[in-house]
Amino acid sequence: MKVSYQWLAEYVDLSDTNPQELAEKLTRSGVEVDAVESRNAGVSGVVIGYVKERSKHPDADRLNVCVVDAGQGEDLQIVCGAPNVDKGQKVLVALIGAKLPGGLNIKRSKLRGVESQGMICSAKELGLNDKLLAKDQQEGIMVLPGDAEIGMDAISYLGLDDYVLELGLTPNRSDCLSMLGVAYEVAAILGKEVLLPQIELNENGGDNPLQVKIEATNESYQYNGRHFTKANIASSPQWMKNRLMAAGIRPINNVVDVTNYVLLEYGQPLHAFDAAQVDNRSIIVRLAGEGEKLVTLDDQERTLDAETLLIADPTKGLAIAGVMGGANSEITGETTEIILEAAWFTPQTVRRTARSLGMRTEGCVRWEKGVDQTRVEEAGERAASLIQQLSGATVSKGIAKAIVKEATPAVVSVSLQKINQHLGTSLVASDVSPIFDRLQFPYEAANDTWTVTVPTRRGDITLPEDLVEEVARLYGYDNIPTSLPSGSATQGQLTPEQQLRRIIRHHLIGAGLNEAISYALVHPDRVEEVSGLHQEAVKPISLLMPMSEEHSVLRTSLIPSLLQTIAYNKNRQNQDVGIFELGRVFLTAEEALTQLPDERLYVAGALTGQWLPPNWMGAKQPVDFYQAKGVVESLLARLGIKAAEYKATAELAGMHPGRTAEVWVGEQRLGYLGQVHPGTEKAYDLSETYVFQLDVAQLITVSAEVGHYNPLPKFPAVTRDLALVVDRSVPAGNLEKAIRGAAGSLLESLTLFDVYTGERIAEDKKSMAFALVFRHAERTLQDEEIQQVTTAVIEALKNDTGAELRM
Amino acid sequence: MQTRLHEMKESALGQISQVTESSQLQDLRVKYLGKKGELTELLRGMGSLSPEERPVVGQLVNEVREALEAAFSGKQQAFEQAELSAKLSSQTVDVTLPGRPVPAGTMHPLSRIIEEIEDIFIGLGFEVAEGPELETDHFNFEMLNLPKGHPARDMQDTFYVTDELLMRTQTSPVQARTMLKKEGKTPLKMICPGKVYRRDDDDATHSHQFTQIEGLVIDKKIGMSDLKGTLLTFARQMFGENQQIRLRPSFFPFTEPSAEVDLQCFNCGGDGCRVCKQTGWIEILGSGMVHPRVLEMAGYNPEEVSGFAFGMGVERIAMLKYGVEDIRHFYTNDVRFLRQFNRG
Repeated sequence: MKVSYQWLAEYVDLSDTNPQELAEKLTRSGVEVDAVESRNAGVSGVVIGYVKERSKHPDADRLNVCVVDAGQGEDLQIVCGAPNVDKGQKVLVALIGAKLPGGLNIKRSKLRGVESQGMICSAKELGLNDKLLAKDQQEGIMVLPGDAEIGMDAISYLGLDDYVLELGLTPNRSDCLSMLGVAYEVAAILGKEVLLPQIELNENGGDNPLQVKIEATNESYQYNGRHFTKANIASSPQWMKNRLMAAGIRPINNVVDVTNYVLLEYGQPLHAFDAAQVDNRSIIVRLAGEGEKLVTLDDQERTLDAETLLIADPTKGLAIAGVMGGANSEITGETTEIILEAAWFTPQTVRRTARSLGMRTEGCVRWEKGVDQTRVEEAGERAASLIQQLSGATVSKGIAKAIVKEATPAVVSVSLQKINQHLGTSLVASDVSPIFDRLQFPYEAANDTWTVTVPTRRGDITLPEDLVEEVARLYGYDNIPTSLPSGSATQGQLTPEQQLRRIIRHHLIGAGLNEAISYALVHPDRVEEVSGLHQEAVKPISLLMPMSEEHSVLRTSLIPSLLQTIAYNKNRQNQDVGIFELGRVFLTAEEALTQLPDERLYVAGALTGQWLPPNWMGAKQPVDFYQAKGVVESLLARLGIKAAEYKATAELAGMHPGRTAEVWVGEQRLGYLGQVHPGTEKAYDLSETYVFQLDVAQLITVSAEVGHYNPLPKFPAVTRDLALVVDRSVPAGNLEKAIRGAAGSLLESLTLFDVYTGERIAEDKKSMAFALVFRHAERTLQDEEIQQVTTAVIEALKNDTGAELRM
Repeated sequence: MQTRLHEMKESALGQISQVTESSQLQDLRVKYLGKKGELTELLRGMGSLSPEERPVVGQLVNEVREALEAAFSGKQQAFEQAELSAKLSSQTVDVTLPGRPVPAGTMHPLSRIIEEIEDIFIGLGFEVAEGPELETDHFNFEMLNLPKGHPARDMQDTFYVTDELLMRTQTSPVQARTMLKKEGKTPLKMICPGKVYRRDDDDATHSHQFTQIEGLVIDKKIGMSDLKGTLLTFARQMFGENQQIRLRPSFFPFTEPSAEVDLQCFNCGGDGCRVCKQTGWIEILGSGMVHPRVLEMAGYNPEEVSGFAFGMGVERIAMLKYGVEDIRHFYTNDVRFLRQFNRG
């Protein structure tokens, strides 16, 4: 809502404030002012002039030389290029020394040899908004009505000395969608009276011939019709145009402008019909027939449904109630007989129709937020009086009325104790009553309780708490004291699961990865590309109305988002990337979702390029499978997860069949890691990229706290190194398993410290060297014992894996 | 004899002081103090001295020996010192060369803000609650006093998945769920961080996915003054101990009265600057007293208990705190962006 400060000053005495100060006060008490703008875009030195003579420029076909009386004592000679300039016009004259928006300064000049003592201006040159100008003012110079006063400053004539307060209204304050609503608010803040418009209507015509009938009676509609004859449709006076333009509405003609003016003044949408086009002067409020058509004012043919409320005459539709009038009964320059509608429809009806037709007019906005039903008649009469005043119309006697149900104001009670308890204040009754007085809320007070009859303009107030808020905002939020909750103490802490999640995040950061956060909504093609962790349960969940295909389906795996991030970085010359994300995936087995999906938190990472930053030592470490595995292993170790198994798999979609492993603990599959399938890498335009993805809930179930410590050993350990030769295809894990199985409890630790393939051994073999550390907790081990165990280990290795000692 | 001793001492000391190598020093030591050295030889001649002379000369011999020993070891130490210095000097490294790289990761700025806020409220006795990101219309709207057709639903254009299921537009449904779980018990103090979704075109200031943290306190005798005090405490811990906050009346369907909360601009300290658009204040929070209908629906009796709630956008705080001008940076994850958030 755009509020003209000068217009507002007609309803409330603003003499002891100013636009900026008022804006601050409004904002601080609940009606936010987004901006205070001067209507003057930088105009000075422009006055109204009269073109006494116009002649062709001797040396330029397109220029005119005008003699202008601008009230300056002497007539001015002004050269003007506008084709529409003519003798006898009242025009806007920028005098020598005038300033115009855009930094234009008017100087004495010669145009093709002829002196020009100023400039005749167009509306645009004065910084008026093109979109708000009447059509005939969009081209050429601005021609003013004959009654414009010669020599008058254009700033005051055009209302450019006004300020516009732009309100950012919350949905509850639709009362401030009208000048009067704002006036009540401002009056309450400043402690002033509201001065209502004076309505002077002279019913100088015959009886109102209008018949009004409401056929759609399932809602509480109201319809008032005024009837006029002998109207003279013309341009509105400048003061009205100024106000409409300040509010962002384009002036059209005196009758339409009045309906818009009163819409702004009262918040009451009105509509004027050319009565000559209304059969039998009979208005019927009915539901449209399914498929009924109506061409609206914007020349669009609308197809209506059976829930659309229609204003009709006995033979045809005339307007879509509350939304837009029909072209068939539009006010035109020829109109002389007018029907003025002041009606009330339910917000839901208008909202639904406006939605289904995709229309959103100034009127719709007000209907949807609720129009004050008790002011329908007053607003209609105000409009009628203005139409009479501006168009000279004759007004028929009486209002043709139909009403289903009158509005009843809400009655709400609130006690002093409730107010103080809710606000933490210590107000007394004499603090509260004046606030209701200022709001002009009638009330009865007894026993520190106020029973308030809420004016219908404030439809947002229905509960005691709503009254508490009125008290609070006018008392001033700044005046409410500051305290802390005084009830029983609570212990604040993270749940064990939340703590572990933080450990995961902090560990991966410590391990050198950058945390990323990506969108949960992804492209449908992304969903199936790289395997998730729970493929059996994955049916993609799609939005009903996505903003774009790119973000239309919920992710079931974090990997595609991370690959996109890697690709994004690669395109920006960030080749070396190690990132991870903790985020939810959305899993369901349902084809069409009927219940909430399983939202699982995954942790996933992606690594590409060099692990180490470039360095002078020339140390390079391109990321590989074992880098990714190292990160996963260190994470599991941090979570106290022992005995994880890594099982090779060639089955995961989007993953390299020879470089992927699943991570298992016992019967639980925690996740997987490995290289992205080269085909997928190509699709994303990636270099070699390694990823891991783990289910956080499962990590947490197998995570173990630090328990009792192991006493430090008192007896020495013995180390035996075994160098083994084995077929290349045998996994190291098999050897490890065989060693552990045979070595028994004396084996304290086992480390693989060398893997070799090459010239010095057969082509299909590899050499692996293990360090076995033996120790007994209670005595020193004897050589023979160790020899015995070692022999058993070698035997087991041979039997289980075919490994031989390397000679 | 005494004369010879003196002469020998002078000559030996002179020679020692001239020595330039460790091996020469060793030779001299043998020459003078060795088994067949000059001093030893002289001692052998002691027998020929008279009993009166003997102790005098004896003492003199000892003095000479000590003087020579001291000269030898002094010289020896000097040699060792020089040798060590030479060795250390040859081991000098260029301390300005960069160290061996240790990869260091970074926490996402949104995570940093969330953890920081969580820790502040945990300190104030709050628990951290969570709920689904794909929600029911019931929990996301209806339980929060936003029945179907309510105009305020327009404020939050929603991604629906079905007629009844949607991407949550706020973290408030977690409040509703937590209240129900409490079955009317007080006190309840919780915050709920999480991702939320709205039908917005992504641009510099809008994101279809963003992050909220909301808080809720329900107890007997909770007043708006408690809301003010709690938020002031939070603001001071988060933004500095001299922080001021300012409440402005506003509207949210689930609170009454409602308030927007402004923070004194931390860029200019309230004098007015570009960051705060010359107002000295920055809007960071929405808040209010929990609407009685919300309490009722969640199983609390609004005649007996009251509460306050607040909510803030994590991106907004991160943008203000780190001067980030484009919200999309948080989701495109350019590593040159992420790597800047390296402390902590």
